[in-house]
This record gives sequence, C-alpha cells and structure tokens, in this order.
Amino acid sequence: MTAMLDIKDLRAYYGQVQALHGMEFHLSEGSMTTLLGANGAGKTTTLRAICNMVRSTGTIQFEGRPLTGKSTENIVRLGIAHVPQGRGTFTTMTVEENLQLGAISRKDTKAISSDIERMYDHFPVLKQRHTQQAGTLSGGEQQMLAVARALMLRPRLMLLDEPSFGLAPLVVRDLFKILGKINREDKVSILVVEQNAQLALEIADKAYVIETGRIVMSGTASEIASNEAVRKSYLGY
Amino acid sequence: MELFINQVLAGIATGAIYACMALAIVMIFQAIDHLNFAQGEMAMFSTFIAWQLMQWGVPYWWAFLLTLAISFVAGIVIERLLFKPLAKAPILTNVAGFIALYAIINSVAGLIWDFTIKQFPSPFGSSPFLGSQLISTHQAGMIGVTIALLIALFFFFRFTRIGLAMRAAATLPESARLVGINTSWMIALGWGMASAIGAIAGILIAPVVFLEPNMMLGILLYGFAAAVLGGLTSPLGAVIGGFLVGVFENLVGTYIPGVGNELKLPIALALIVIVLVVKPTGLMGHTVVKRV
Amino acid sequence: MSTVQESVPAAAVPTVNATARKSSTLGRTTSLIVLAVMLIMPLFVRNFIIFQVTMVLIYGIAVLALNILTGGSGQFSLGQSAFFAIGAYAAAILIEHGNVNYALTLPIAGVICFIFGFLFGFPALRLSGIYLALATYALAVAMPQLLKLGVIEHWTGGVQGLVVTKPDAPFGLPISQDMWLYYFTLAVTLAIYIASTNLLKSRSGRAMMAIRDNEIAASAMGVDISLYKTLAFGISAGITGVAGALGAIAVQFVAPDSYTFTLAIALFLGMVVGGVGWLPGSFAGAAFIVFVPNIAEGISKGLSGAFFGVLLFIVIYLVPHGARQVAILAESLFNKMKKP
Repeated sequence: MTAMLDIKDLRAYYGQVQALHGMEFHLSEGSMTTLLGANGAGKTTTLRAICNMVRSTGTIQFEGRPLTGKSTENIVRLGIAHVPQGRGTFTTMTVEENLQLGAISRKDTKAISSDIERMYDHFPVLKQRHTQQAGTLSGGEQQMLAVARALMLRPRLMLLDEPSFGLAPLVVRDLFKILGKINREDKVSILVVEQNAQLALEIADKAYVIETGRIVMSGTASEIASNEAVRKSYLGY
Repeated sequence: MELFINQVLAGIATGAIYACMALAIVMIFQAIDHLNFAQGEMAMFSTFIAWQLMQWGVPYWWAFLLTLAISFVAGIVIERLLFKPLAKAPILTNVAGFIALYAIINSVAGLIWDFTIKQFPSPFGSSPFLGSQLISTHQAGMIGVTIALLIALFFFFRFTRIGLAMRAAATLPESARLVGINTSWMIALGWGMASAIGAIAGILIAPVVFLEPNMMLGILLYGFAAAVLGGLTSPLGAVIGGFLVGVFENLVGTYIPGVGNELKLPIALALIVIVLVVKPTGLMGHTVVKRV
Repeated sequence: MSTVQESVPAAAVPTVNATARKSSTLGRTTSLIVLAVMLIMPLFVRNFIIFQVTMVLIYGIAVLALNILTGGSGQFSLGQSAFFAIGAYAAAILIEHGNVNYALTLPIAGVICFIFGFLFGFPALRLSGIYLALATYALAVAMPQLLKLGVIEHWTGGVQGLVVTKPDAPFGLPISQDMWLYYFTLAVTLAIYIASTNLLKSRSGRAMMAIRDNEIAASAMGVDISLYKTLAFGISAGITGVAGALGAIAVQFVAPDSYTFTLAIALFLGMVVGGVGWLPGSFAGAAFIVFVPNIAEGISKGLSGAFFGVLLFIVIYLVPHGARQVAILAESLFNKMKKP
C-alpha cells in the first residue's frame, strides 16, 4: 500500500532557528496516526510545515503529489483539513457560519447543508447553539466546532493539533470517541498531535515519537505503548 | 424649535454625503484592517471618469455603471500592483503608501482635468424635496441610495459565500487560509468593492460640492470621523455615524456663538472624541477582549 | 477587523530597541563622522543650504518626538503639528511682545507644550490605535483655526501671523545669522538627542516600551500605565514644542496656515522613512521631507505631487523599515568584511 502522506528530510525554520531536523515519516490511507513528544519537540511545527505555514525544506507528498511551494489555501483545497492549536474559531461569527466557512472551498454547494446536518448529528450541542456567536461557546464546544468545521471540507486527511488541550477529561473522552468514529466511518485519515499520550495511543493505529525535531521511534500504537522508555517519559507509569 | 428641526434636516442632508463616504471606508477597513487615506482621491478620480464619459456623450446611467466597473477593476489593480508587495511591511509603512497614492492621484487628476470646478449632473434633479427648502430631491435621492447600498452590503456579507469568506479573511487570516480561502485575493476584492462604493459616493456628492481634484479632502475627513464614530467594523454604524456627524456639525454651527465655518469641523471632531472617550469602540463596534 | 485596538501599536511598531544599536562601535564611529561633517559643513556651502540643513535638524527633532511617542510607548499621533504650532507661537509671542531672549523661549515653549501634551494625554488614555489617531487629528485640524480666533488676535496677529526677528551671533562672532542659527540649532538638537536616548534607556523608557509591547502584561508588572502614557505624550509634545520654537526663529515668521494637518502628515512620513522607533533615523526622515518635495518639483512642476508619491513608493518598497533597515544592512555588511 502506498503512503497517503509521505514526508522526507523535512526541515523547518523560524527565522534563524531550525525547529525540525530532517523528519521522515509516512501515513497510510485510512489510518489514525499520532505524533508524540515533549513540549518544543516539533510536533506543532510538523503540522504547520505540512500546510506550508512555516518555512521548510524537504519533500512532502500527499497522494503522490508534492506539496512543496503550494500555498496554505491550495494545500487545504487538496483535501487536508488542519485543526490548529487554539482552534482558530471565528469567534465573532455564528456556529453555523463557522461550519459554512469549513466548506467554503467546496464546489458541490448543494451537499453543504446536508453535511451541516451530519455535523449536528455528530455534535448535537452545536445544533442547539447554531445561531450563537462561536466565541460564547465553552472550550470543549469550540473544539468540537473546530473539528466539525474541518470535516466540512470533506477532507481525506485531517491534522489535529492538541485537540485535548484545556478540556475536561470527560469531554476529551467524548471527543476522541467521535474522532475514532469519523476515522472508521467517514474514511478520513487522521494525524493527531497529542500531549495526552495515553489516550492518543489508545485510539491510534500507528505512532511516532519526536525528540528535538527528529523521529526517534516508530511503530504500531501498541508497540509504542508497551515500550519501556515511552512508558516512563510519556505515560508516566 | 422650527430652527432646530430645520438644522437637523439640513444636517441629515449633508450627513448623507458623509454616510456614503463612511460606507466606503468601512468596506476597505473590513478588508485590510486599516484606513486608506487615498480613498477620497480614488473616489474623486472615479467621479472624473464618469464626468469624462458624459462629456463624450455617454448617457448618465451607462456612465454610472461603466464607472463602477472601471473603479472596481482599478481598485483591484492598485492593490495587486502597489500594495501587495507591501503586505509584509509594517502597518505604518502601508499608511505612508496610502499618502503616496493620495499625492499621485491628486496630482494626476489636476494635470488631466485641471483645478477649475465643474458642474456634475444629478439624476434626481435639484428641486425642493416635498416642499422643503432644506432638502433637495438630489439629497433625498442620495439618502435613498445610501440606504439601499447599506442593505445590499448587509445581504452580501451575511448571505453570500464570498461575503462570508471576506469577513473570515479580515477577522482571522490564518484560520481563513486553513479553510481554503485565498486571503490575498479577498483583500484585492475588498479594494475593488471599496473603490466602486467610493465611486458611487463621489458621483452622488459631486452635484452638491462640484467636481474638482480637491473635492474629497474635507469629505474624506468627515467620512473617517463618521466611520470611526460608528465603530469602523459596522456598515450600519458608519451610516448612522455619517448622519450624526452631519447633524452635529450643523447644530454646532447654529447654536455655539462665534463658530464660523472654519471651526465646525474641529468642534464636530471634538464631540466625536468625547463620544469615543465614553465608548471607545464606537457606537456599533464590538469590544475585543485583549489577552497577554 | 475587530482588533482595532491592538492593531496599530502591536504590529506597527517593529520591536526596536533604540538603545541596543547605539552601543556598537560602527554606530559610534558613524555618529562621530556625521557630527564632524555637520560641524564643518557650513564653512563650505551657501547660506540657503545652511538654512535647509537647519530645517532638517528642526524637523528631525519633531520627528524624534513622534518616534518617542510611537516607537517608545506605542501611541500614535496625527496631531504633532498642533504642538509644533504652540511651540512656534509661544516663541514668537515671547520674542516680539515680551522681548524675551530667543534662547530662553525654547525651554518655555517646551514646558508649555509639555503641559498641553500632558493634559491632552488624559483623554487619550481611553483611546488607542485608530481612535487616538482621530482624536489627535482633530487637534491638528483645529489648531490653525484656533490661532485665527479674534479673541487672541492681538497676540497672534490673526491670519497675518507674526514676523520674528532673526538673532545675531553673540559675542560679536564674525559669522552670518544663518550660520549662527545653524550651530545653535545643532547644539539644541544634540542635547535633545542625547537626552532622548538616555530617556529610552532609563527606567521610564523601559516602562514605556513595556507598555508598547504589551499593555496588560506591563500593568501586571506594576507599570503605572496611565502615568507613563500621559508622560510619553507630554514629553513628545514638549520636544515638538522646542522644535516649533526653533522653526519660528529660523523661518522668522509664524502664521496659522504654516501648521496645518499637512505638517503632521509630513512628520509622520519622516518617521516612517527614518524607521519607526529608531531615533537616529528621525534625521534621515527629516531630510526626506525637506528635500524630496523640492526634488519632485524639480522633475516636473505640474506633476510634483505625483513624483513625490512615486519617490515615496520607491523608498518604502526598497526599505519598508526605513533608514533603520539601511543601517542594519550596513552593519551586517561591515561585520562580514571584518571577519572573512
């Protein structure tokens, strides 16, 4: 099986500072992959580099097509949805407008309203609040909105940056349950960056561990979860 | 009392001018997040184009539509050519660019059409409106057009996909790119629309103040004041602000002794400043929560 | 966009440290060379050039004052022409009606403008970004009209303005009035420049810059925001007033229409061209606003505005961060040459 996303020798820079030092990894279609690592290891940078939101070199191929030199919006239009850290909610707009925006680059405008209904099925709380300003939602609700907004693109790959950040444990459980469902039912491949390693490893098929901008370990989620070093540094037992 | 009502009416009539200009200002503020000092000059140039077309024998409404189209394209071209290269430069540098554009347009218009004032026709005529000496049919028509424009803009931003995309690009450019919006083109589009609305403002204003390269100087300033008073982000606020500034200005001129024409603007501005001190985000602007 | 409040100060002002650059040896050598050139220059050029360079220094002081406000505390003013006017009129009235020595009028003009600026700074506290720009703009528009008011015509001379006598060189020095005024201005400029750099380096300067960078964080650190913001306004206005007084003495004439909004715009352009927040750049910016309009007029009388605009565009395309960017480039080039 060819990789859906194939990354080779990825180096990224913030000004003069190099944040990624030759990352190599790939992601197969339909999989749910997680990137683990400490703060500052380069997890967020990796996701940003995929969407060309940070200066980088190396090759990134998505379904066989190189992404190098493409603008963020054109990469998104290829079917890569990115839920950024901090969620990127359009706080002054309504929940429904946020969802509309998720589908703004789609050509099949007819299917959009039925997709919005599907999102309301996934996240019933959003339906209750669909006319409310998104800024008035709670953190967990905003995260759901962010995921729903990303799904409105009908992406083939979804990048999630710390979806559990700042959320109550119960809310996080819910969210991950839905993510698993989306992955299985809607055939959306997912690359998720997480601080909450335990949870991420529970639902992912594959995992990579990053340290200071390099992949230091890779394997199936269960292999990684049973690894002594990972257990000590990231799982805490 | 009758004097008061008359002055308010007269204020609303001039306020329509400011409202129209303020609408164009808010439009571009939505797109680029700062005030464009050259906007008045762009509107003036558009008005001259309309005038020139009519001189060549083009009927009024055709000239009007053609001017709108030309202005729309010109706005986009100006953004692509002159301001896109400055996208990464500091905001104050961009403001300097607006001033440069201002100087260029003013000077070129003066060279082509010289500085003598020209009559500009009104489609609404200039007879008294409903028998009132204070509002002419043209001014009434202008108020009507401004309100129609406001409603059109409201629908555009609220109910069209492109309007939604423009709002998104203006509020959160990075998130907008992440949903696939080409924010750079949204800015260009904002310039085009602002330029076209400015053209409408210019064409409506010219019959009142006459056409000449410096016609917009004072009006732009009142327009800015109106837009800021209205909160800068709200088209409705801009229009209300425009009417208020017009009324303010007239009442100040009538009731405060010793205020000649010269001091009307500063006092109107001072009043606005007082309003802003009480409500720093303008009448219709929303408060932004700041974080560290 | 709705984050108006933050947009101007936060993004507009590059994170400059007016103080950091000064310590470099290159910077110091350059300053010394510039100073030496400034000192001997009048001996070799015509009086008219001396007068123009004097004006560059005077506008340079005014641009520097704006730089302290915008670059230092992140506030933005379009009303500097008003303080310039107050300074100029203060000097003119003191000299012509009060027979006060011209040199004495400078500190008086400075103090008067400081008080005006400080008082104006209070309402300004509630405003930021574009709203502050509007408030200061109102001041700039009002000033020429206020100066024309009949009530004070006896002192201000109304629309006609006042003629100011040009001072002779003291102690019977055998130099022309222009040359004396030049050296006098140069001395004042130096004093203000040194005082300003020290101010920005001081505790107060750091407090002001903390406000510029993040108002909320600064207040959390215990910086008295309102005090320092109004103080910055006052200091900036005071320095502008000194420049205005010098301007009145140099031009020998004050009239309401010399101090319109156009002057405020010119000072603003001077700041941008010189590099926002970089004090030495103020003088490069001032040179731009004194000489470039003349150059544009030289190219074409009818299209001078257009050529001025084009020249301005060229400058901001080449160096969007102004003269400061040139200085940084020069320094890195110099460092490269030093260690091959």
